[in-house]
Amino acid sequence: MQFALLIYESPEAFASRNSDGTDPYTGAWRAYHKALVESGTYLAGNPLEVPETGTTVRLKEGKRRVQDGPFADTKEQLGGFIIMELPSIDAALDWAARCPSAAAGAVEVRPLAPQAKRRITG
Amino acid sequence: MNGSGEKKTHRTIERVARESYGRLVAYLSSHTRDVAGAEDALGEALVAALTTWPRNGVPQNPEAWLLTTARRALIDVIRHQQVVQASEPTLLLLKEDSAEATLSTTFPDERLKLLFVCAHPAIDPAMHTPLMLQTVLGLDAVRIAGAFLVSPKTMGQRLVRAKTKIRDGGIQFEVPQERELPERLDAVLEAIYAAFGIGWDDMVGVDQRGRDLAEEAIWLARVLLQLLPNEAEVRGLLALMLHCEARRASRRGPDGRYVPLSQQNANLWSLPLIEEAERDLAEAFRHGHPGRFQLEAAIQSVHAERVRSGRTEWKAIVGFYEQLIRVSPTLGTRTGYAAAVAEANGPQAGLAVLDTIELDAISCYQPYWAVRAHLLQKLGNKPEALDAYNRAIGLAEDPAVREFLLQKRG
Repeated sequence: MQFALLIYESPEAFASRNSDGTDPYTGAWRAYHKALVESGTYLAGNPLEVPETGTTVRLKEGKRRVQDGPFADTKEQLGGFIIMELPSIDAALDWAARCPSAAAGAVEVRPLAPQAKRRITG
Repeated sequence: MNGSGEKKTHRTIERVARESYGRLVAYLSSHTRDVAGAEDALGEALVAALTTWPRNGVPQNPEAWLLTTARRALIDVIRHQQVVQASEPTLLLLKEDSAEATLSTTFPDERLKLLFVCAHPAIDPAMHTPLMLQTVLGLDAVRIAGAFLVSPKTMGQRLVRAKTKIRDGGIQFEVPQERELPERLDAVLEAIYAAFGIGWDDMVGVDQRGRDLAEEAIWLARVLLQLLPNEAEVRGLLALMLHCEARRASRRGPDGRYVPLSQQNANLWSLPLIEEAERDLAEAFRHGHPGRFQLEAAIQSVHAERVRSGRTEWKAIVGFYEQLIRVSPTLGTRTGYAAAVAEANGPQAGLAVLDTIELDAISCYQPYWAVRAHLLQKLGNKPEALDAYNRAIGLAEDPAVREFLLQKRG
């Protein structure tokens, strides 16, 4: 089964991206990534640029509405994602708990929807 | 009734619920095997207590009052289900007991049977502990789900399924025969220990589930010991948990930083808990059959000696681990053994023990990597140590442990 870990990060966590990479948060992430890859369950993933770089588009009554910044107005913002192949949700929750962002923000675990994908792409 | 009186009544209800919950659920369900039904009925009785007791005062025997009220609710439900015919014997039984229990102040303690039911071989082992926590202690699914890292909805469903199996699957409410007692008791002890959640306590990092249930686990072990006072392993388990609990205050620095056992200030350890653990362990050893929990407690007992002697007898710890591996060769035991061997005979010897563990077993086992990193660092093997530290850090769940390892890695 494939799962996505959606990583929600705090403003402080996003700020650490400007550091020289020796801060504990970045160090923990590097180790976490390594452990993920070594476990043989990692399929893909990427960090996202900071939320301020986002642009949100809506069509309302035929008019384009463009807004600076991310869609949701919350303290913790989507900061990246990881796709993993795992036998069960239990194993996915284990990896979510180990994620350095779980202590500083939140990690949402979502199964990928292979059937919906087939319906859309097929 | 005035405000403070009402508060006092509420506190009384809370206390009675806490102390009597398991006894009442066990007694009510031992007749019907319907644990969920017993819990619902007791829930109704507790709600009734919340409305009646503040008005009419706390009854003289609160437990008997709850039992009578819960039993009435249970009978109502059974009647409502229109299965009166089918469960006539049950109804009769419930009625007969009713008069008796209201008059007398005691009813049989069936919690031992309930504990054996929760850890029955027909029930998924992963559900043994959650079932005990809910049926004997009355913990809700949300709290249990958090401790076991499962979604609350899933935990709720699994608990319902397990209780249905108890009701419909022919699982008997009984204490196992002497012949099968050791094995069945082992499952009960295992489940209590899983709630405690510290499988491995050494110099590098505790990283286990469920640790916020430590007090509940000790409570369960005390109940079990009260019911089976002559079982050495029950005493061994209690001693083990008390030894670990004695060090709780010293596990974190004032700033929340993780402090490994070897660096803990022994003066912060709780002497009363250590003494209680030592008494239980000595009593257990008198039976002459040191099982897994007695041996684990013995290892913790050697660590506790440091409070008096100022040093750790690693050779004695290695000796207990060698016995422990014979009865329980788990990944945790073997990793702990390697750490102890390294302290007694040097890091190279410890590493040799680690190298005997199969690789596919340890890809997600954090303590293995933490010990390995520590030993490689001591041997001056920088690149391999760095590699192992990264694995240990990446697999750590506790942010304090992660921070500690990041600093050690450098």
